[in-house]
Amino acid sequence: MLRYLLSRLGRALVTLVLIVSAAFIVLRLSGDPAITILGPEAPPEAYAAFRAAWGLDQPIWMQYLKYFGAIAQGDLGNSMRDGRTALEVVGERVPMTLAITLPAFALNLLIGLPAGIFAALNRNTWADRAIMAGSVMGFTVPSFVMGLVLALIFAVKLRWLPSGGSDTISHAILPVVTMGVIGAAVIARFTRSAMLEVLGQPYVRTASAKGLVWREVIVGHVLPNAAIPTLTIIGFMVGSLVAGAVVVESIFSWPGVGRLLVTAVANRDLAVVQVIILMIGTTMVGANLAVDLAYGWVDPRLRTARLKTA
Amino acid sequence: MTSPDLSAPATEGETPLLSVRGLARHYPVRLPGGLFGRPGLLKAVDGIDFDLARGETLGLVGESGCGKSTTAKLALGLIPPSAGEIRFDGAPAPAPARQDAAWRARRRRMQMVYQDPLGALDRRLGILDQIAEPFAIHAPATPRGEARERAAALMDAVGLRPDMAARFPHELSGGQRQRVVIARALALEPDLLVCDEPVSALDVSIQAQVLNLLDDLRARTGFASLFISHDLKVVRQMADRVAVMYLGRIVEEGPPETLFRAPLHPYAQALVAAVPVPGRRRARTALRGDPPNPVDAPPGCPFHPRCPVAIARCATERPPLLRDAGRAVACHLAPASPAPASPTPASPPHAAVSAAA
Amino acid sequence: MSAIPDPTSEPTSPASGSVFTAKAGARAFFEAWPPMVLIALAWIALCLVVVAFAPQIAPYDFLALDLRARLIPPVGMGGDWAHPLGTDELGRDVLSRLIQSVRVSMVIAFLSTLIAATLGVSLGFLAAWFRGRVEQAILMLIDAQAAMPFMIIALAALAFLGNSLTLFTILLGFHGWERIARISRGLAIAAQEQGYAAAVRDLGASPWRIYFRHILPNIASTLIVSMSLNFPEVILLESGLSFLGLGVQPPLTSLGNMVGYGRDYIQSAPWIMLAPAAAIVITTLAISVIGDWLRDRFDPTLR
Ligand SMILES: Nc1ncnc2c1ncn2[C@@H]1O[C@H](COP(=O)(O)OP(=O)(O)O)[C@@H](O)[C@H]1O
Ligand code: SF4
Ligand SMILES: [Mg+2]
Repeated sequence: MLRYLLSRLGRALVTLVLIVSAAFIVLRLSGDPAITILGPEAPPEAYAAFRAAWGLDQPIWMQYLKYFGAIAQGDLGNSMRDGRTALEVVGERVPMTLAITLPAFALNLLIGLPAGIFAALNRNTWADRAIMAGSVMGFTVPSFVMGLVLALIFAVKLRWLPSGGSDTISHAILPVVTMGVIGAAVIARFTRSAMLEVLGQPYVRTASAKGLVWREVIVGHVLPNAAIPTLTIIGFMVGSLVAGAVVVESIFSWPGVGRLLVTAVANRDLAVVQVIILMIGTTMVGANLAVDLAYGWVDPRLRTARLKTA
Repeated sequence: MTSPDLSAPATEGETPLLSVRGLARHYPVRLPGGLFGRPGLLKAVDGIDFDLARGETLGLVGESGCGKSTTAKLALGLIPPSAGEIRFDGAPAPAPARQDAAWRARRRRMQMVYQDPLGALDRRLGILDQIAEPFAIHAPATPRGEARERAAALMDAVGLRPDMAARFPHELSGGQRQRVVIARALALEPDLLVCDEPVSALDVSIQAQVLNLLDDLRARTGFASLFISHDLKVVRQMADRVAVMYLGRIVEEGPPETLFRAPLHPYAQALVAAVPVPGRRRARTALRGDPPNPVDAPPGCPFHPRCPVAIARCATERPPLLRDAGRAVACHLAPASPAPASPTPASPPHAAVSAAA
Repeated sequence: MSAIPDPTSEPTSPASGSVFTAKAGARAFFEAWPPMVLIALAWIALCLVVVAFAPQIAPYDFLALDLRARLIPPVGMGGDWAHPLGTDELGRDVLSRLIQSVRVSMVIAFLSTLIAATLGVSLGFLAAWFRGRVEQAILMLIDAQAAMPFMIIALAALAFLGNSLTLFTILLGFHGWERIARISRGLAIAAQEQGYAAAVRDLGASPWRIYFRHILPNIASTLIVSMSLNFPEVILLESGLSFLGLGVQPPLTSLGNMVGYGRDYIQSAPWIMLAPAAAIVITTLAISVIGDWLRDRFDPTLR
């Protein structure tokens, strides 16, 4: 178990270093910070002084190491548009993004898991087919189409909900539903597959042949085993929620990190982009690590098997 | 050299084409027992010596799993040995580890015929293209037309009809596929052809044809051959000299006539006795005991748990392979100087082959 | 916007009966070619025709303004056949723009998928050939790429690279290479152990010949199936980024770019947005249906 833990931690760390390095390269390649900050018309001595002050005259690997040092101290540069530190600019948006992604995640699970389980238990009935047909949506309807169609119906035609902004709770409903429904479709499809896999196992048939009540078989054997593969998709869900937030916040003018990212990219506000990338990277690595550890904890047999295949 | 080394093969005059000394290949394995199974060492080949003269055919027999295929791959330099030395044409063979240009160039002089011809052919390529492939690899300057012409000539030489040229491997019979493999192996006229159970996967009715073809081709082009089979009859037909393997070692060696008529090693005796002979209902002495396990082979003589005549010494002391007058045997009970039944020394190349099959 | 692996799919029921009646024949036909697949194939064929002949098919120039014919609704919503899908607020014909957008989006997705396949196959083969350290490095790259949602990677790269159609297409080519690399590495390692690859290696063939002349054709069907699963994802990604205004730039138009533009007229002229949105959904659905069908038919191991 310790070996598994260490190897997973090591992998997560390597991924983080790769992400930070990518951010460094992006920042360094995107022009001379001296010119960016001082403007193109400053006297040459000013540039030299600036470079000396910020360590830009040092060899690139020194800068690279220092960059890691700065990140470790939370120094991530200033927003070019705003003057405040990038961390501050991004930080104030985080609660807004959490306010729609967390409920959306809950919605994913609350709709997706029961729908998938129900479909698997009623395999090949019309209910199963309907759920599966609906879940195809999760793979083929992009979130911006889903969001706009929902806005068209509920904001434009029915006028039940506002189509954009963040003043009241009702403003959050459309963004949450958009992300919630798409993710639920993915989870439903995956859960159904995992359930069917377990239902086909010999020990399930043995258990039901032994006279156990079907409900006991499901609760005692099928669900716990189907939970294992379903766990793996949580990491994936975090990723798709993050990507979804970028689009959905833009559609509904929701002032979260995603919309900030889009404007920062359009304005080439690199410090802000960098902070968001690092933040998302850390979240993703953390989520994947948590899933891996939970996986190893739920099913010790799989530890080494997964190590080999990974 | 004052005292002759009894364990080394007698070298006669010219340098042998292939010379193998102390060759071993060990695989670390995990013994059954779940995740924490005891690690063990599988000695697939465990210290063998032999020489192969130009144009000579050495037959290698033994039960399945005794290390014949591993020996073949080692001899060809396809896998690196754990210990020992291989000299080809008097020089050490290029290391297989990196499969660099020198190693690849060496392939031109040593080729292989596989047990499963269908597996050895690319099922998405016509057979003429596959037979022509050695030219593309080793003589890329050959014009395409010429390479195809030579491939067509090879098809003819191995008895494949010209109209089969565009066929895919799955459109041929097993015997025809093996002919394709043989044609491809001989395209560049190698000095050494290793045949690893070349007919075991074929119908009995086809086996003789393919064996005769190989014999014909050898008579015409004069390649030396390491010929592997678990079937004594086949080896007897093809080989100038035979080595019997058991658990990764050679336990007896000699000319096929004498070895099969009067085997000296109890294991070889059991093998010979097990060959069904028309008119006799059952084998006289069957091998008893468990089939050998090359992991943690027993100390002493590896054959002693199954040997019908084992003595106490056999369990502790390993019998060396002693050579005398063209025969060699590794058994404590073998006559100190096995009398050669016939005065044939190591048979000359292209010796007449007995019609035993 | 990447698909997760689907651990199972339904075992198809065995083809029924040996009685050759017309009805059984029809049933056998539809079992081999389900109606959904036929419809999907027809749609993709239509798209390909559009890609090939967009300028000839389009009734108007997609850039042509007609200020007298602004915001005309499509047929069925009060419009007429002069503009079957209506016009936008500059009087540009929506159908013509849609045709041009399908062409641009499909070509970008196709080129990007090709890039991803080339990259993935090369890296996968490199890993399979070198094993050891090179393989570890490639696997690490694969892991790192898989750990970040590609949408975010693309946004970061766009912030740095700025906008250019060529760079955008290449950037999208980095989507999904890691899946193809993983698959080709696995397949190549398996193939190396197989007789035919070992046999050509024993002939003295160079790695180049072994991998590209022998192994690649043998694993091509699996790779094509996995590329067919990549394609709709690239379409979604392209349209998502274009929708955000960070992908294809006007005056050129793509499906996502059209939806993004139509979003401003969602109140007054929803058809501007609905036509390209429907095209996106139908196209990705069609390719997914075909991809799943190919997978079940030719490669049940790839799930
Ligand atoms: N790559 C390998 N890893 C582990 N064991 C092997 C490997 N190759 C062969 N062996 C083992 O070595 C022994 C000899 O195998 P082989 O040379 O193929 O025998 P033969 O050809 O005489 O049947 C067998 O027990 C086999 O299981
Ligand atoms: S050495 Fe002993 S055990 Fe081995 S074969 Fe000879 S008699 Fe049998
Ligand atoms: Mg063998």
